[in-house]
Amino acid sequence: MKPGTLSKALKSGAIWGFIVLELIFFSIAGEFLSLSDKAFMDWENMLLLLKQSAPIGIIAIGMTIVMVNGNIDLSVGATYAIAAIVLLDSMTWPIFAGLGDWVIPVSWLLALAVGTVLGAINGLIVWKTGVDAFIVTLGAMLGYRGIVFMFNGEQPTSHLNWTLVDFAEAEFLGLATASWFLLVVTVAIWFLMTKTVHGRNAYAIGDNREAAVNAGIRVGPHIMINFAIIGFLAALSAVVFYSESGSVNPNDGQLYELWVITAVVLGGTKITGGAGSVIGTFGGVIAIQLLRKGLGHIGADTSTVNLVIGLILIVVLILDRQLNVKGKEELKV
Amino acid sequence: MATVTKQQVGNVLAKQGILIAFVAFMIAFTIANPKFLTPDNILSVVRSSAILGVMALGVTFVVISGNLDLSVGSMMSFSTIVVLDLHDKIGPAMAILAMFAMTLALGAFIGFLVGYLKLNSLIVTLGMLSAIHGLTLTYSGGKNMDIADKEGTWFSVFGQGTALGIPVPILIFVALAAFLGLMLSKTPFGRKVYAVGGNGTAATFSGIRRARTVFLCYVMSAACVATAGLIQASRSLGSQNTVGQGLELEVLAAVILGGASLLGGSGTIFKTVIGVLILGFIQNGLLLIGLQFYVQFIVTWVIIILAVWLDIAAKRGKLWSPIA
Repeated sequence: MKPGTLSKALKSGAIWGFIVLELIFFSIAGEFLSLSDKAFMDWENMLLLLKQSAPIGIIAIGMTIVMVNGNIDLSVGATYAIAAIVLLDSMTWPIFAGLGDWVIPVSWLLALAVGTVLGAINGLIVWKTGVDAFIVTLGAMLGYRGIVFMFNGEQPTSHLNWTLVDFAEAEFLGLATASWFLLVVTVAIWFLMTKTVHGRNAYAIGDNREAAVNAGIRVGPHIMINFAIIGFLAALSAVVFYSESGSVNPNDGQLYELWVITAVVLGGTKITGGAGSVIGTFGGVIAIQLLRKGLGHIGADTSTVNLVIGLILIVVLILDRQLNVKGKEELKV
Repeated sequence: MATVTKQQVGNVLAKQGILIAFVAFMIAFTIANPKFLTPDNILSVVRSSAILGVMALGVTFVVISGNLDLSVGSMMSFSTIVVLDLHDKIGPAMAILAMFAMTLALGAFIGFLVGYLKLNSLIVTLGMLSAIHGLTLTYSGGKNMDIADKEGTWFSVFGQGTALGIPVPILIFVALAAFLGLMLSKTPFGRKVYAVGGNGTAATFSGIRRARTVFLCYVMSAACVATAGLIQASRSLGSQNTVGQGLELEVLAAVILGGASLLGGSGTIFKTVIGVLILGFIQNGLLLIGLQFYVQFIVTWVIIILAVWLDIAAKRGKLWSPIA
């Protein structure tokens, strides 16, 4: 066996093993502890889980690209809130009054465009100024949130369009609209990362930026495109979620970056860049949602969920480190 | 010749840029509203910045050592809730001791993970942000904390008292800043912190125990957080579980504004204090000239990026990044 093969297999398989463990644990624990008489591994329950994973999941898929690239985006929660406000508010603008229900695609496009532009701004700043993405998006997290609050103060922005709600609650082949969005995004970004030049370049840049420059890859534009993609996906996540709920609070999306990054790291993406997979992130998202749901199922409250998620993230880091250290020692020999 | 002058201007800007920006800011706000530069207003700004400032002092150590601490906000909530809860049960003095012990234990745990196990500090403290938040909610049962006898306790002195006409929170902030500033610039430990952040491998080769230095930085940060929690608890004598939520960002913003590089190895306590004051005065100044409270978020965003950009631009001698 080639050195590192075992650790690689362990790493890519670990998240699915973890999911199976969770399923077994919550099914058994649910038998004894659950308040509801329904089994945890109920088909309906699992479908609901996929639907509930969509908002975090769609952003997490985008975060995977950015982190593979060696950057990070902390402003996704604020971008998500802005896109939601644009979506809900633009439906009531007088200039669109004559459109009837055709206002829906227009509002969608507006929201997605705003998200993409905000993401691209982050990317452009990282590219042109050379300031670390962590700082740029940390600042944007504050700045974009400020824009959210300026819109309606601390009041929620609400507009419920029933055609839109019907669409969001529709089911196609047994899956909810939100689940479809998550699956399509996962497949599309998986394709982008594994089958296209842009994807290969993203890995190359994250692995060794200087080498990538020397190899003639235009690092800056790639970084910007990836930030635009995560902005687009944050907006798409808002579109998927708020089509149904119809009301956005200015605090919505706060701490999303925490959940998203947790999912991405659980899925095996390296924080230093250069390694990670979209499928792994999908697993990470499912694992987290399972944990939240499972803990709720056996009667734990949100505080316990927060505690457990935080500790699991740390345990995963320790395990990851052990595996990596092994790999490095083998390399030295 | 011309390029040399440009370089020199750049150097001055890089070293003193934050001070220059600060002075320009103060002048602009004073012209906009004469009330801005009155002793009363200055005192109130500094007092309301004290909690943020005390936390920023500790985080400065962590950042200079080349790491991050995103958990200070939820850790502050934790210490506030704990000290308020214990105040009525075991008395103020014991409550303070117990709270410090618990908060330092949390700091030591993070320090162990980052220092000795060498885990990525961003992810570790992100996880701890969530975990400590959960811990706080579990501890309090989700309820807000209140002290039963709000009038008769000497506990209120840390947040509400004055000495020599100066509010106690300011005195704590100044004393702590002076103490930690001296520690960072004059003691062997301070030099080790810079060495570890500047070049960890070189520090290890020159015999510095890197893991222990990082560990101590986190413990120190936790001590500052506990102090901030004490001021917060004493000022309000009652608290929500979420009192510190989001503060980690403002703290980090203050430290970055002060010019500490997130790559480690640079920054000073004095500049962090300036960073804290800038944030406080921006907030205050924007309110005084009648702008919405939320505009400060946007202004902070622009200032952070400008400050860091100018800093690194001066170092590389070029305004635009070399990223292809």
